[in-house]
Amino acid sequence: MAGRDGQIWIMRDFIKCSGCRLCEIACSLAHEGKIWPEASRIRIFMLVPGIEIPHLCTQCEDYPCVDACPVNALSVNKTTGAVIVDKEKCTACGLCIQACPGKIPHLHPSGKYILICDLCDGDPQCVKVCQMGKWNALWIVPRSTVEKQCKLYARTPEEITKELTINLYGKFGEELL
Amino acid sequence: MKDRGYTGKILEVNLSTEKITEITLEEEILRKYIGGRGLAAKILWDRLGSRWEEIDPLGPENLLLILTGPLTGFYPGARICVSGKSPQSNGIVGSTVGGEFPVELKCAGYDGIIISGAAKSPVYIFIKDNDVEIRDASHIWGKDGKETIKMLNKEIRSELEKKYRNFGKWKEPGILYIGPGGENKSRMAVVMCKWTHAAGYGGYGAVMGSKNLKAVVVKGTGPLPEVYNPMRMRFLLDEVYRVYIERDGMRRWGTGSGGYAVGYISSSEPVRNWQEEWHDEKSFGVDKFERKVWVKRYWGDYGCPTTCLKIAVVKTGPYAGAITDNPDYELQAYLGTNLGIFTPEENVYISALIDDVGLCGINAGNVLGFAAELYQRGILTKEDLNGIELKWGDAKAFAKLIELIVKRKGIGDILAEGTFRAALKISEMKGVDVMKYAVQAKGIAIGAHGIRSRLDYTTPISYVCSVQGGDHTSVARIPIESHGSEVVRAMLDSAVICIFNYFGKPKLFWDFFEAVTGWHETPESWATENGLRIIQIQRAALLLGGPDFSWDPKIHDENPPRFYEPLPTGPCAGQAADREEVEKMKKEYYEKVGWDENGIPKSEVLLKLGLKDVDEALNKVRRRYK
Repeated sequence: MAGRDGQIWIMRDFIKCSGCRLCEIACSLAHEGKIWPEASRIRIFMLVPGIEIPHLCTQCEDYPCVDACPVNALSVNKTTGAVIVDKEKCTACGLCIQACPGKIPHLHPSGKYILICDLCDGDPQCVKVCQMGKWNALWIVPRSTVEKQCKLYARTPEEITKELTINLYGKFGEELL
Repeated sequence: MKDRGYTGKILEVNLSTEKITEITLEEEILRKYIGGRGLAAKILWDRLGSRWEEIDPLGPENLLLILTGPLTGFYPGARICVSGKSPQSNGIVGSTVGGEFPVELKCAGYDGIIISGAAKSPVYIFIKDNDVEIRDASHIWGKDGKETIKMLNKEIRSELEKKYRNFGKWKEPGILYIGPGGENKSRMAVVMCKWTHAAGYGGYGAVMGSKNLKAVVVKGTGPLPEVYNPMRMRFLLDEVYRVYIERDGMRRWGTGSGGYAVGYISSSEPVRNWQEEWHDEKSFGVDKFERKVWVKRYWGDYGCPTTCLKIAVVKTGPYAGAITDNPDYELQAYLGTNLGIFTPEENVYISALIDDVGLCGINAGNVLGFAAELYQRGILTKEDLNGIELKWGDAKAFAKLIELIVKRKGIGDILAEGTFRAALKISEMKGVDVMKYAVQAKGIAIGAHGIRSRLDYTTPISYVCSVQGGDHTSVARIPIESHGSEVVRAMLDSAVICIFNYFGKPKLFWDFFEAVTGWHETPESWATENGLRIIQIQRAALLLGGPDFSWDPKIHDENPPRFYEPLPTGPCAGQAADREEVEKMKKEYYEKVGWDENGIPKSEVLLKLGLKDVDEALNKVRRRYK
């Protein structure tokens, strides 16, 4: 993928996530005009209390989700690098979810199309509110500085939860999983 | 009731008949009673008021109410109110708890749940949007909080993943549950959420247990309902964020700075069952908690900009493996200083244990301290305590006693009833009056804010006249329209929001309320009509009481005897509550709130508020004085 210059990436620090979900509120207000947790493009998983996982698209360098789409409903915005969903074309088949190494995309509650973070066209609202609140679990970095690591962050909530639970709770975390 | 922050539907589940229905409330009722605590008072009174004294809080006739308010999910920091006839006070307590559950419930399309009857065997209720089921819970019965959440998360998520194949990953559902303490109907049992959050005061975990209901699990996929003025609400949302994000001390330490400061600075923290209220134990400073046990600095519930909670873990030493939140001030005090415990590790250990078994940290810490003082005085012996040497500061000994309480073994069976009822029983058993060591009001442990030093927010009548007894979040105060008064607090518990997102700039809340509901209220208007009406119903229920006990205002509108003993230590040594002053303030409060000289709501006040049936029911209480 050429032309990464000027593109942003949302850096994430799971341990700093307070689980306040202001990001979910900001995202659903921006995209849906209402507070709608299940329609948020960023989702906070709390499979174990205290282990809150901001789960959102990592814009992999090879975009496996885009490749997997049988109806060309997914494309990459050349300016931002974000995956854009064409709601009209999407058939909600779920193949992009299977292709994603982190199983990050999920269906809109209407069941009609897939939801993937669109980076708010370069001004992500989730980051804005996380920064406003000084939690610093999400922040913006130039894509060029993290290129090789982005895809590593595409992991399932279960995998991240497991590792983080042990990190935070030590060996006592094992019983909680 | 659309467009005012409500979904417009309340779910009703009868566990005896297994009938599941939906009800819609008239706008007039919601306008008056709002939601949460207010609506609970209304529903309870309408359905049980005519036979209030006969209703056993732990019998199938009692109702368990789980109610959001119009602001739930919108105003930052989501909470839900749990209520019913309280097995602690025999009145009505609006007990709120934070978390994602209330948002899930509203997103599923319900403002609340009314649970009646009792199941024959353990069940849980599962709600997925419009689909509601009563399910077998025998496999999770007996499990502690951590295990319950683990099992239900796994069960529900894999079920949803199978059912909705192309959906993708499912987030966890919202879960309200009880621990073994609730299953065994300890009157100190709580309705829990997220391991550490509790709808504490009231004893509703026991009500849930009496109904054989282990948990309520909900996954809602819809949006929150429409609000009256969305643009205004979004503007105010940002304003509220700004105010609370600037409250640095509250954010960094939560109420956890209190464990040291409320003792050392305010001299109003329970120490060894309130024998003292001052200490200078720097080992209990918030800096120690921060460095020794906090692994997560900011933890919060849905939509909260304050995130005053913290995650605490003990990783080494004799208490290794204990995981809980902060603990917050109340649990630092009641499961720390009140037991003579002054280290973060021991405090986290006891708090985690109390959370796991689903008991109230305040009520249980109160009864543990009470028992320890009886041991100190030789009234309860090692033999009485099943071999436990209940010495101040011995965390392991207290842990053993907690186990007896949860299992209702030996002395534990008596203590499980809470301090007031345990004191009655032990006085009878031992032939000594031990009520003088019971620091409670109307069956409810007094929160960890004493009145003797006059350096805290409390006043001499805070607990004396409260309709929620010892509840430190709902205290009597003059003027009744002041932000600290329980009349105003009834609004926060009805709307339903967190008091810690109110204090920074209260006016924002009232503006927000109008933006969401379209209804105008001020503390003044609220305290003369809608808020006052809720308080009168709660007062009436409290005075009617029963079946095991009814309060007499002449006797029970009173501080615990301990508050009349002078403080022995600290800068406020020698200070105590003054009976004459309490009587004077009580009289003044009765007048302001519309109660007669016997503390009974006046007919004229009730009739003006449209509470004719409450007035008639209170004739039974009035007759006691003739």
